Amino acid sequence: MSGKKEKPLGWQDLEVGYIVTQAGSASQYKTGDWRSQRPLWDHDKCIKCGICYIFCPDICIVQTQEGYFDADLFYCKGCGICARECLTGAVQMVEEEE
Amino acid sequence: MPKPVGMEVSFAAAEAVRLANVDVIAAYPITPQTHIVERLSQIVADGELDAEYICVESEHSAMSACAGASAAGARAFTATAGQGLELMHEMVYVVSSMRLPVVMAVCNRALSAPLSVWSDHSDVMAVRDCGWIQVFAENGQQVVDLILWAFRVSEDPRVLFPTMVHLDGFHLTHVIEPVVLPDQSRVEEFIPEYCHPFPLDPERPVTMGAYGPPFIYSEAKKAQEVALRSTKSVILEGWKEFEASFGRSYKPIESYRLDDAEVALLTMGSVGETATIAVDRSRRKGKKVGLIRLRLWRPFPFEELRESVKHIKLLIVLDRAISFGGPGGPVASEVRSALYHLRSRPKVINFIAGLGGRDITPEVFDHMLKRALEISARGQEGEFEIIGVRE
Repeated sequence: MSGKKEKPLGWQDLEVGYIVTQAGSASQYKTGDWRSQRPLWDHDKCIKCGICYIFCPDICIVQTQEGYFDADLFYCKGCGICARECLTGAVQMVEEEE
Repeated sequence: MPKPVGMEVSFAAAEAVRLANVDVIAAYPITPQTHIVERLSQIVADGELDAEYICVESEHSAMSACAGASAAGARAFTATAGQGLELMHEMVYVVSSMRLPVVMAVCNRALSAPLSVWSDHSDVMAVRDCGWIQVFAENGQQVVDLILWAFRVSEDPRVLFPTMVHLDGFHLTHVIEPVVLPDQSRVEEFIPEYCHPFPLDPERPVTMGAYGPPFIYSEAKKAQEVALRSTKSVILEGWKEFEASFGRSYKPIESYRLDDAEVALLTMGSVGETATIAVDRSRRKGKKVGLIRLRLWRPFPFEELRESVKHIKLLIVLDRAISFGGPGGPVASEVRSALYHLRSRPKVINFIAGLGGRDITPEVFDHMLKRALEISARGQEGEFEIIGVRE
């Protein structure tokens, strides 16, 4: 059951009982399109504490080489927990259309 | 050749489960199913069957435990009735959708309120659309035979669907009937070992019961529907093989004195035998009356039904459940729907009787036949008529 594959599965492609034989296939499921807001990091305010990384329920926040944080938008649902928990107010949620 | 022995039908059902050599039984006792699971519990405790008997705290858990057992590759059985079937309702759908070949005896019982432990088909009709193979037994021998057949068909790799064997509460469960129990070795030949293609196995992990978002759910349900309909050939093959092994034959639709009949009764379950008495009486009076018994309820035998009624002018369908505010009894509304597209079809008259254990005697069928002719002359008022209700 994949959202990433090019040709979506047809009804005859499913295993008996909808069994998924591939381990870890949930990683292919794009939850990013649930999002209406996305987090933006202000590197002037960020103290690289990693609170956003710890609290992210989707484990979709990654640390960059410079030590800052960013969200993997393939998975980020825009829940805003990172913005709420950020100690310095470095994370702001912005509307997707902006 | 084994001889018939007098036996309570519930005990015979338990013996069939023993002969089928099940691995796991998970059940919660409920009237009128109690004697089946009490007996099985005794059989396991006495070491006559090498199985796990799981005393669960509810029917929901009974079906959940059967699901887990079946997913792990075990042959699983449960039995329930009425309110118990309602309580396990959620898991009944899960087991068929996950294609787990659990076999369940349902001792048909009316639903509350008012509280009734007695027989009718309201419990069956509440699980009509749940995706199980469903058959109706008419007597004790059929209960045994259909339970054995159910394991073979359900576990066939071309099927992998659970099966319900329906038997009327009390009218079948609590009567003593002559029953032939087949030899163990013949049963073992008839039911091959159960091999699910993807069992729960740490060496070969799979995900069962995964999340099905909108982009895949329709495909999943289409696959399930096509698969259930395509079980028909294995169902028929199973009955053919059963006849070859044990000498008794079954069909999706079984008829009695139907060949030259103009009027036919249609029944499900134990009242089929009673109806033959009324048919014989009518025949003695020179009336061309026959009987159709619906053995296979799911997948619905459309072709066989259409074939069986093609020369019938008046079809009297007996329902033992009400579809409240709906288009008549559930069986009649399905029969009407199945016949609707035929160029020539019988007039279908629907009676509801036998609710909550009210006896359906041959006289009730006599009355239905008489009443149906009256109604046929001037058309049925409303969708159905309940027989024998006091004003």
